[in-house]
Formats: sequence, C-alpha cells, structure tokens
Amino acid sequence: MTSTQTTMAAATPTEKTRKRASREGQPQKAGWFARIVVLTLCFLWIVPVVGLFLTSFRPRDDANETGWWTLFWTPSAWSRLSFDNYVTAWNDAGLDIAFVNTLAIALPATFIPILVAAFAAYAFAFMEFPGRNFLFLAVVSLLVVPNYIAFVPILRIYSDLEIAGTFPAVWLAHIGFGMSLAIYILRNYMATLPKSLIESAKIDGASHFQTFFRLVLPMSVPALAAFAIFQFLWVWNDLLVALIFVGPGDNAPITVALRNNLMGQAGAGQHLVTAGGFISMILPIIVFLFMQRFFVRGLTAGAVKG
Amino acid sequence: MVLKILNTLITVGVGILAALVLYWLLNKLAELLPGPWEDRIKPYLYILPAYAALVFYLVYPAVQTVVFSFANPTSTAWVGWDNYTKLLQSENFQDTLFNTLLWMIVVPVVVVALGLAMAVLADRLNPRWESTSKTIIFLPMAISAVGAGVVWGLVYDYRPEGREQIGLQNAIVTALGFDPVAWLQLDQLHINSFFLMIMLMWAQVGFSMVLLSAAVKGVPEDTLEAARIDGANERDIFFRVVVPQIWGTVLTVYVTTLIGVMKIFDIVYVMTNGGFNTNVVGNEFFNQLFSNFNNGAAAAIVVMLMLATVPIMFYQVRNFRREEMMG
Repeated sequence: MTSTQTTMAAATPTEKTRKRASREGQPQKAGWFARIVVLTLCFLWIVPVVGLFLTSFRPRDDANETGWWTLFWTPSAWSRLSFDNYVTAWNDAGLDIAFVNTLAIALPATFIPILVAAFAAYAFAFMEFPGRNFLFLAVVSLLVVPNYIAFVPILRIYSDLEIAGTFPAVWLAHIGFGMSLAIYILRNYMATLPKSLIESAKIDGASHFQTFFRLVLPMSVPALAAFAIFQFLWVWNDLLVALIFVGPGDNAPITVALRNNLMGQAGAGQHLVTAGGFISMILPIIVFLFMQRFFVRGLTAGAVKG
Repeated sequence: MVLKILNTLITVGVGILAALVLYWLLNKLAELLPGPWEDRIKPYLYILPAYAALVFYLVYPAVQTVVFSFANPTSTAWVGWDNYTKLLQSENFQDTLFNTLLWMIVVPVVVVALGLAMAVLADRLNPRWESTSKTIIFLPMAISAVGAGVVWGLVYDYRPEGREQIGLQNAIVTALGFDPVAWLQLDQLHINSFFLMIMLMWAQVGFSMVLLSAAVKGVPEDTLEAARIDGANERDIFFRVVVPQIWGTVLTVYVTTLIGVMKIFDIVYVMTNGGFNTNVVGNEFFNQLFSNFNNGAAAAIVVMLMLATVPIMFYQVRNFRREEMMG
C-alpha cells in the first residue's frame, strides 16, 4: 500500500551499534495473557479475508442475500459453491487482460530499477569520487519526497510525447519513484561487504564492470531479493500511479480493472467482486508467502546486523 | 489474448535488455577515455542513469509543481497566491486537512503499539505458533488497497433495516438487537474515518511487527537477566530495559508510517472517494486533477504536502549522518 514504500526506506537504517544477542535461553513461557492477545489479533486479522474467500465461491443469490458465515450452519449451501464466479470475473470483467497487463508493468518495473540502482550503489560503496557524500545524502533526502509532486508535470510531458498510457511510460515512472529507496537499501547492504575482497579482485586485474557482475551482485542477493519482492508487491498493488499514467482501457492493470469493472459497478454483486478481488491478490500472496523469509531477512538486515 | 501475451513478453524483454545495453555502452564509453580519466569519470557514469531517473521524476517535477501552483487551472496564466488562499479558505479543504491530521495522529501510534505488542507477545509462544501468527498479521501487506476494499466491504456493508445483513459488523450489531448502521456514512466524531484507518492499520501492523520483533530479539539477554536478578517484574523490564534499547527502531517505524499516512490515497478513494467527510489530502489532489481539471489547485496541494514532509526530511538526513559517523 501507499505507505510501505517509505516504510522500507527507514526500515534498513545503518544501526551498526546494536549487538546481536544470542537467544540461547528460552524466553519466558507464554502466559494466558500473551496467548489470548495474539490469538485475538490473528482472529481479527484473518476473519475478513476468510469472508472474502468463502463469498467468492458462492452463487449470486447466496452471496448477495445472506452473510458468508451462514455457510457454517447451512451445510446445504456448501453444495452450491463453485468456481463459476472466477470464470465470469476472469472472462467477462476483463480481468484476464488486466492480469497480463499487471505482469507487463510489474516485471520490468521491478528488474530495471534494481539494475540501475545496483550500479549507483556500487559506485557509492566502492568507488572514490568528489561529491560522493553529497550525492548520497541527496538520495537520502529524496526518500521522503512524496511522488505526488511528479504527477502534474510528468503527465504533461507524457501527453506532449504521446506516450501516456503505454507500458514504458509507467515503467519509467516506477523506476523514478522507486530509485532512491533502491539505491539506499543496496548501498547500505554493499557497504557491509568485505572491502578486502573487492580490493583483491582489483589487484587480480578485474575491471569494475567485472567486479560488479561477478562479485558484488552475487554477494548482494539478500538485499536484491528483499528489494525485488518489495518493489514487485508495491507495483502490483499500486493504484495511484496506474490511474494517473495508464487509466482505464486496454493497458489498465488489475487494480484499476477491479475498481472500475467490478467494484464501481452497482450490478456486479459481491460474488463477482470477491472473486475478482481474490484473482487480484493471489499472485502477490503466493510471492509473499514463499519469499517471506528472504523479505524479512533483507528488511531486518540493517536493523540487526552486528 | 495470445497476441497480447506475446506482445507483452517482447516489450518486457526489450525493456530489460535496453537497460543492460545502456550500462554496457556506458562502460565501453569510459574505457575509451585515456588513462586516469577512465577511473575519474566511471563513477559518474555508473550513477548517471539513476540520477537521471531521480532528477527527471522527482527534482525537476518538484520545481515545476511549485511553478504550477501559482498558475491557473490550465497553467496558462499566473494567479499569484490564489490557489493557496482559495483552498485554505474553503471549508471543505479545512475538513480535508483536519481528517488528514486525524490520520496522522491516530494511525502511526496504533501501528507501532500493536506491532510492538505482537512482537513481544508472539516471541513468547513456541516457534511454530510464533511464525504462524506473524504470517497472519503480516499477510495483508501483500494485499492491495483495492483488494482491501473488497475484503473490508464485506465487513462494513450496510443493508436497510429488515433485510438480512451481509456485512459482518452489521450482522453482529443486529444480532445484539440494535439497528443496522451505515458505518462509512457515519461522520459524527469522524467515526467513518476511523473505520477507514482500521484498514490501513490492518495492512501496516505486520510491517511494524517484523521490524520491532527483530529489534526485541536483538536486546541482549544479559541486560534482561540483570534486571531480573535485581527483582524487577516483567512490566518494569519491558518499559525500563527493553523499550529504551529498541527506541531507535520504534522511532524509525513511527516516522515511516507517518510519511505513508500523509500520502494516503487509495483506501479513501476506493471506499468513499472522500464522501461523508472522509476526504484526505491525497484524494483531494486526485479529484482536483482528474475531476476538476484544476492543475493549479492540485499543484498547490502537493506543495503543501511537500512542505509538511520537509521536517521529516531533515530528521532523516540528520539521523543518517549521525549513524554513518558512529559506524
């Protein structure tokens, strides 16, 4: 969501002073208080999602006239559950094309900024040049600048160039908006790599280009993965940038299509809205569940590194 | 459809390839330079594309937006401070500012508090339950605001009295014998804004939990042990030993959530589009730009937003410099 972009920015501060404590001794036993609070929070967090999931399989009349929880005491309604809503939402509400569009926007908008930022981060971490500190502080200060400032001027330029609504136009916008965060995270990570290794590569006659691709990039995989997951989720879930630079139409991503073709249509009904909603969430959720470990490790690398 | 996929694949491939070729060319360019100049120029060539993106998408537009904010809706004539005075004098915009302020006051504090509570309490469960509960709390991070709108639509849904409720909240209320409530239209005491805030908290607490959890686990065991030997109870240990040691992370989470809240747009846009006095600055910007076609007012709103983030910018830079010097 909107706020997470900057959240991650400060999520990887360079707190080098903190000591890592080994948790050898088992922490205190969980009391009833801890269990109840955690259980309650988890229950509150997951119930709305369960509601969406169950509703998305219910036929129109069931979904729009009775609450999803009635399923638990009307076993007869179980036999009416089906994938029909998914088929309709996918084929008739334009989510099929929107899904492809979102991939087409999110994949380059994830990989290109990583490459661009990694080069800059390499320069900031391993090369000496006048103005280095100043230029990096500029990146740090740009972290908090809201991307709203770009919309009016860039939209004008895009209209003049007649590229508004095209995929490269959105990629470039996402590259620009994600850049300061990417440089910040990657540079902070690269700064923790052993300098001696890079020095010895240089002595062995490796060029910066080779050192970058063969040594630094492979060693930075945790930070690269964390940023990649983050940026992918951010772009996939983005609504604002998509509305402004793509808008509804042939190239609309899934958030815009879901909002305009289903949620915004009074006649769509909860059964289709929920099915569409689930289609829009399934890929980021899979990415998230499988990559959570890397994501968390990358996020907390700065905060807990000894 | 097949054509569309094929087309998409080619565009994606070309885009990524173009980025790679760019760097290969820049590197070749540097290698053409004589002797010492190669090393002198190379760093700048490496950061050039990144800086080009930053300058084109953030620095230049910032200047241009300030300029537009003093011009009329179509940016064709100067109007001085009119955009600002009109906005600030309009009652609607004052309400919008007040709502945004409410979001800024409530959401970051709750996000930090709940995240910290989860971090500390889940830490005491056995490892399997700890990771399961954390995944559940963290999961909404992967869900878009539009998706969250669908999810929470089923919680806040309202049907007039007499019809069966399909919204969870109204089902509970009517089961208890009360009348159903149109939650998102309830603007007394900004209650509807609070319901929208809950959606953002739902999305953000996991993030706060993950960072704070790492910090809590990083608190050295011997400081806790020493406090226990001195006879401190669990509450004292938490507030006097743990909290001071993780304070830096608490501030980090607070500040970054705050920045996000200031820019909040999608939740409000999807749920109410600012109706029933739930408008916030981000949504007002969007409506000025795309409903009123008023570039001037939209730009003025952004400039105000930008000014509000300046203190945070100074804080971040100062923080960074201090940590770098210590490191």
